[in-house]
Amino acid sequence: MDFSRIYDSIPYILEGIPVMFQVVIVSALIGISLGIVVATLKIVPNRLINFIGHAYTAVFRGTPLILQLAIIHFGLPQLTGYITTPYQSAVIAFSLNSGAYISEIIRAGIQAVDKGQWEASDALGVPYVKQLRSIILPQAFKNILPALVNEMITLTKESALVSTVGVLDIMRRAQIVGGQKAIYFEPLLFAGVIYFTIVMILTYLGQRLEKRLRKSDGR
Amino acid sequence: MIEVKDLHKQFGDLEVLKGITTTIERGEVVAVIGPSGSGKSTFLRCLNMLEIPTSGTVSVDGFELTKKGANVAKARQNIGMVFQQFNLFPHMSVLDNLTYAPINVLKVSKTEALERAKKLLERVGLSEKIDAYPSQLSGGQKQRVAIARALAMEPNVMLFDEPTSALDPEMVNEVLDVMKGLAETGMTMVVVTHEMGFAREVADRVLFLDEGILMEEGKPADLLLNPQTDRAKRFLEKVL
Repeated sequence: MDFSRIYDSIPYILEGIPVMFQVVIVSALIGISLGIVVATLKIVPNRLINFIGHAYTAVFRGTPLILQLAIIHFGLPQLTGYITTPYQSAVIAFSLNSGAYISEIIRAGIQAVDKGQWEASDALGVPYVKQLRSIILPQAFKNILPALVNEMITLTKESALVSTVGVLDIMRRAQIVGGQKAIYFEPLLFAGVIYFTIVMILTYLGQRLEKRLRKSDGR
Repeated sequence: MIEVKDLHKQFGDLEVLKGITTTIERGEVVAVIGPSGSGKSTFLRCLNMLEIPTSGTVSVDGFELTKKGANVAKARQNIGMVFQQFNLFPHMSVLDNLTYAPINVLKVSKTEALERAKKLLERVGLSEKIDAYPSQLSGGQKQRVAIARALAMEPNVMLFDEPTSALDPEMVNEVLDVMKGLAETGMTMVVVTHEMGFAREVADRVLFLDEGILMEEGKPADLLLNPQTDRAKRFLEKVL
């Protein structure tokens, strides 16, 4: 093992960090919005709408993310005639995929809220949307947030898949450096250290957040 | 005024209410008693459609809630409900619990809602708890806030679903006292309760339900001391 051979490539690999965060943060924001919508589809009192929400989730959880990414990047242009950039494909695939997972997190969080809260607000004549927004969601939030942080961590790790469509993220850059210098172990190990460090930081932040939420329970 | 006609409720194969008909007059205080599983809570919950009756009709102040397409949410604004488990909103202060629905449902101004809340908290003896959160209150205090929350909508009818059953014994009276005070103001009240003392003292009429049937009704003094049906006799022997 000789890390001195990749010293001059380290800045190049590190430039993948903001690229990764761009994919992760944008996908997370769209994924959360989408997750809220799909979760709502699953809980409204209408069987057909429920089915649409569940079907969406089943498809995106039931197939490999790398396949979804490939279909969006390589397959869809054949149908639409519109070619998306690697970055666009990555964000679309990750948003749609995380939307499915996040919708499950939100649904479970909402359904964990005490049934009495629905009944009390029903009895006061509070309309459904306000009920959800002011009574149920603020309470569901505490159940949702820790799971959401976990999903963000998963998303960060899985983001390495975007290298397969040519996004210049950490993973892809490590492979390029490996190819150029014909040594793979060192750049890939270095990429691994970057991912591990980022995930550890996110895990730590998530734990602190959880602790603070638990404290506010006792107010 | 509440009119109930031939009310039936089924949960799957289980028939919980088997045709209940009764009328509750304006200003009347009605206690609903009966063994557990008799359907008394279900009966109460049908009055504001928290349970949808299988058949039969419920009208409150001339508005038929059971009619298809009836604006139930609108009707509920006029029907306050107090639950066994309080069901206060835990993420809101006492003040917000009291003002949320008036502001967001009735669209009264914030100042008006605040005034109402202050008056009601004074009435239930909890003025100093206005900024507290539900988790900081005792069970009795929670239930008094819950009563105030329902009253903040200025309803014509108040429903109580075993309001003291989840309370420690020493807190029962503070809640019953608030309810007595409310009865004296002429509020129409339907109270599902195990508190026979309250039924005897405060109620104008007692309904005895058993196995989903309204077995017997009458003035508390008559029904509680001199029940006509065997079932009522047996039940009262056990609880009195």
